[in-house]
This record gives sequence, C-alpha cells and structure tokens, in this order.
Amino acid sequence: MDLELSEEHAALRATVEHFAQKEVAPVIGEFYERGEFPYEIVAKMGAMGLFGLPFPEEHGGMGGDYFALCLALEELARVDSSVAITVEAGVGLGAMPIHRFGTDEQKARWLPALAAGERLGAFGLTEAGGGSDAGATRTTARLDGDEWVINGSKCFITNSGTDITSLVTVTARTSPTEISAIIVPAGTPGFTVSEKYSKVGWSASDTRELFFDDVRVPRENLLGEQGRGYAQFLSILDEGRVAIAALSVGLAQGCVDESVRYAHEREAFGHPIGKYQAIQFKIAEMEARAHTARLAYYAAAAKMLRGEPFKKEAAIAKLVSSNAAMDNARDATQVFGGYGFMNEYPVGRFYRDAKILEIGEGTSEVQKMLIARELGLR
Amino acid sequence: MNIVVLVKQVPDTYSERKLSSGDHTLDRDATDAVLDEIDERAVESALQLKEANDGSEVTVVAMGPDRATDAIRKALSMGADKAVHLSDEAIHGTDAIGTAKALVKVLGTLEGTDLVLAGNEASDGRTGAVPAMVAELLGLPSLTHARELTVDGGTVTVRRETDDGVTVLTAELPAVVSVNEKINEPRYPSFKGIMAAKKKPVTTLTLADAGIEPSDVGLSAAWSTVTESNPKPPKSGGEKVEDEGDGGSKIAAFLVGQKLI
Ligand SMILES: Cc1cc2nc3c(=O)[nH]c(=O)nc-3n(C[C@H](O)[C@H](O)[C@H](O)COP(=O)(O)OP(=O)(O)OC[C@H]3O[C@@H](n4cnc5c(N)ncnc54)[C@H](O)[C@@H]3O)c2cc1C
Repeated sequence: MDLELSEEHAALRATVEHFAQKEVAPVIGEFYERGEFPYEIVAKMGAMGLFGLPFPEEHGGMGGDYFALCLALEELARVDSSVAITVEAGVGLGAMPIHRFGTDEQKARWLPALAAGERLGAFGLTEAGGGSDAGATRTTARLDGDEWVINGSKCFITNSGTDITSLVTVTARTSPTEISAIIVPAGTPGFTVSEKYSKVGWSASDTRELFFDDVRVPRENLLGEQGRGYAQFLSILDEGRVAIAALSVGLAQGCVDESVRYAHEREAFGHPIGKYQAIQFKIAEMEARAHTARLAYYAAAAKMLRGEPFKKEAAIAKLVSSNAAMDNARDATQVFGGYGFMNEYPVGRFYRDAKILEIGEGTSEVQKMLIARELGLR
Repeated sequence: MNIVVLVKQVPDTYSERKLSSGDHTLDRDATDAVLDEIDERAVESALQLKEANDGSEVTVVAMGPDRATDAIRKALSMGADKAVHLSDEAIHGTDAIGTAKALVKVLGTLEGTDLVLAGNEASDGRTGAVPAMVAELLGLPSLTHARELTVDGGTVTVRRETDDGVTVLTAELPAVVSVNEKINEPRYPSFKGIMAAKKKPVTTLTLADAGIEPSDVGLSAAWSTVTESNPKPPKSGGEKVEDEGDGGSKIAAFLVGQKLI
C-alpha cells in the first residue's frame, strides 16, 4: 500500500507547478478576458514536453505514462483550466487515438508534431443531435474509389480551429450499422470550422462547430478498424475521464489555495476572516473534497497503469472530482465575497470553468449510468 | 568543449530564511531548498553552448549537504551530463574563501575543463566573490557578471553588465565566467530529462577524496565570525497619511524625509 509519488512523478509535478505559477498565472487572466487562445503558453508547454508525456520517444514523446499526464493536468488546472483542457484534449483526444489505433505510417506522419505541441489534434464525436448518445452519429463517410467522402457536422470540438491544428479525427457512419473514425487534415477542401463559440467558461480554449461538405480524404485515413470507431472511442473516453478527473482536482485545489490565502488577508469585524469558524469549516470541507477526489483519480490511474479494468473507477473519479470542483468553486467564491464575482480574481474564473467538468467527456448522469452498469444494474 | 558549472543549493527565496541560534549559520532545515536561480541560468548557458558545439559535455559541481543532490538532479534533468558532489560534515560553515579553495580541489579531479561557469552570486550568502576567487586560485581569466556569453573556437567573449556600465571582455579558454540573472530564461526540465537524470553519474566526494585540507574549510577556518544575530524585527505599522486634499504633498514630504526623493 503506497500512495507516494515516485521520484520522477514528484519532480514532474513540482516542475509543472512551478511553470504554472510563473508562466501561466501572471498572464492567463487577460487571454481569458479577451477569449484569446494563448499560443505563447502552448509553445512553452510544448517545449517542456507536456504534449508528449504519455508517448514513446520514437514518436517524439517523453516516454512517460498516462499518470504523468494527469499530474501535469492537475497542476495546470490549479492555476487555469483553459490551458489544462488544451493539453488534455490535444494529448488525450487528439494524439492518443493515433498512438493507440494508428498504423505505423499514421503515427510517423502525425505524432511527432503533436507530441511536441507544435501542432494540435482534435477529436470530433459530439453532434448537435446528441453527445451522450454517441451511437446516434449522423455524419456519414462513404468510399468513392480510394477516397472517403464525408458529409455532416460536429459540435463543441476542442482544439479544432486553432492556427496550429493539424487534424480532427471524426466519427462517421461508414454503413447504416457501423461507425468508424477517420482522420481529416485541417484545410481539406469542404471541411470548415465555425467562429469560436462564446462560452460560459474555458474562455481561452478553442471550441468550434465543424462542417463537412463532400470532404474527400484518402482511404488510408481510416483510423483503426472500419466499424470499430465507436468502441475505440469509448476506450479513449475511459482514460479521458481520469484525465478530466485530474483536471477537476486541480481546479478544486486551486480553490483551496486561493481561499486559504484570502482568509489570512481579508479582515472583517476586526479579524482576518480565517479566524471565523464558518470560513474555516468551509475551507476544511473544500480541502477534504479535493483530497478525496485526488485519491479517486490516483486509484483509477493505478488500475489503468496495471492494465486492469478501470471503467468503474474512472467513472467514479470523474463523477466525484467534477462535483468537488463545482462545490469548491461555489464555496471559494463565497469566501471571496464580492471580489469572488469579479473576473479579475482567479476564483471568478474557477467558478465559470467548473460547470463544464460535470458535462464534458460524459455528463455526471452518464458516469452514474456507467457505475450502475458495472454493478450489474441494466 | 568540457564545461563545468558550479551550482549551489539555496533556501527558496520565497520562503522565510532563518539563522540557527547555535552557530549563526543558515538554518538549512527550516526552509525548502532549491537550485539557486542564477545557477540555473548558468546551467542553461552551459546547455546552450553544448547544443551549439557537438561533442561537448556539461558537468555540474556542487558543494553542500546530502540533500544538495536535489539541486544536482535538477541540473541533470535540465540536460547536464554528470555531476560531482562534495559532501562532508566538515564543510558546514565554510566561508567564501574556503568554498573557493575546496571547489578548486574538486575541479582538479576533472580533466580537460575548458570553461567553468557559475552564477555571479548565490541568493543566500550573496558574497558574489566565489567565481573570481576560483579563477584567481586556478590562475585563469575571470569574466564576471556576464549578460551575454559566446564561445568562438578557443575564445570566450562576454558582455559584462554592472551598475558601473557595460564592458565587453574576451579571454582565451580555459576561463571562469560568472553569469548574471538576465543572461537567459532557463528551460524547464522535461519528463524525459527527469527520467534520464536518474541514470546519470553523480560522483560523491569527501574532503579526503578531493584532497582538501580539513583546516581550509568549515566554520573554524572562516575569516569572519558572527558573534550575534537577531531575527528581523516585525514590520511596524507604517505611517498613515490622511488625504485632506493634500495627500500628494504629504506623501512627497514623507519620501523626502526618507531621502528617497
Ligand atoms: C467546452 C466543450 C468542449 C467539448 N469538447 C468536445 C470534444 O473535443 N469532442 C467531442 O466529441 N465533444 C466535445 N464536447 C461535447 C461534450 O462531450 C458533450 O456536450 C457531452 O457529452 C454531453 O452531450 P450533449 O451536450 O449532447 O448533452 P445530451 O446528451 O443531450 O444531454 C443532455 C442532458 O440529458 C442527460 N442525459 C442524456 N442521456 C441520458 C440518459 N440516458 N439518462 C439520464 N440522463 C441522460 C445528460 O446527462 C444531460 O444532463 C465538448 C463540450 C463542451 C461544452
């Protein structure tokens, strides 16, 4: 029984913590206000290898594991979630399917630039007609000679329209009964992206709607097996839930950090507010939520790394950590009083960024469905 | 090119630093310890030179207690190739001169050194003298306060920046160069670097291994003695200026009183 981080994982965590404090915290507020994608920060994260964490060195990766990615996401999200989700989606959804299901040619062509963070990948599953019910995909792809011809649309796709996006892997019906995944390079004729959405949170991340109008890509762009697109994506989502859990824990912990600092600083009725038990208890509960949520994602990651089934643990981690993030954001805002409602303080950002965690990569309801199913309730 | 970087582990500048009550030396256990910020830049300079000159090797040399290995690991995870750590109970309390003498002995265990790099001062002791002393003892050119550093063939050129002005210095290698806090932005170690650091060789030396005379180092060999020390007094409340339409001139008067303007 050992919950200590290995020396390397601990050093990585400390490095990313330092990076987030020094390079992200001072500047991110302005990007967020302007709804601007922070290319400079992405380039710095690329240079330190964050986009290559779980990939082997032969494809330009860092030779680490998925848990290393989770630790990095937690530390980034402790400061800012837009930056964290850009890494999460780029690595977990953009590059990971290619690493996991790609041919040697596909890996050689796409992975090095993605792992270096010089280019970003995206994964388009969700459509206007349904996200939770991914089987309801309406986008189609039919073979015409040696090319796939894709028609349809996707919505809410992270990293899909930045200047450095190189590809979007989309799920599409390749027959009435099968869904497959196909790599669509950015800039392919007929493939267009909308303007950025105006979002409640994650304002410095890139989220767009995608349109496919007779988009032609070579037959070799099929990713993995034809007809297995849905199943493949579900396995990617299981991992992704652990990553989102880590990101949620980061936000929950960031709320604690900010609240503790402010409780020392802010005075009311002649004392720092941290002297009042009402505030102490609130912060104590916040810390307890962040801590237990962290244990939940560590446990899921441990099973994943051991190669054991971890579907239930991943769903539990995603469920409790997104709850923790949401609850802590609400409480931190309360600790800050009126200042908590101002965008210039990080807690205002935390408040706006927390809600999506209960929705993206499987809603809380979907997590509960998965947990119930694992308990044999169908 | 063989580059040696002298690095020091110091208390985190963001944590509260204390002197121990017994011998008035720095209480190293009371604070988080990190690789000195300017030394990190010296390591970065070395790595940039290595990247520009094929076949170069970067060795870090540190003198300090056992836990200085953390600072050494940091330098190795940034990309340095190997390290030498002088670690001996007897070095506790060594002053700048003793440190320079000891470092010179450690440097003597390394062959074919072309360039010795260091930060121009450590953020704890801030004597800012060790690099020049090392150069003096080695009989090598000393180029301090480098804001820019280039090596071309056997010649090193630095742009030296101090409050007195800017000077361009050149010297033939081997030489000792100390860099200032503006020379570069040190890289963050990558995870690949962190994992690789574990496998890089670190040679640990005692005084005897390095051939250092015990009488040259330690608190008793120090040229100055601290006889008394007191913690900084807590910040006093300061002076409140009530603004009755003349706030600006009151603040100006205060600043004049403090000889600040
Ligand atoms: C900022 C942002 C970024 C995103 N990035 C991506 C991306 O990169 N790639 C991608 O593919 N998608 C992405 N998404 C989409 C996201 O994954 C979906 O929004 C999410 O899965 C929910 O799907 P939906 O919006 O269609 O909601 P719906 O599925 O319509 O759900 C609506 C409500 O009904 C509930 N519900 C649905 N079915 C059931 C049921 N059987 N039982 C009980 N309750 C149910 C849901 O829990 C929810 O509360 C992103 C979304 C956002 C907002």
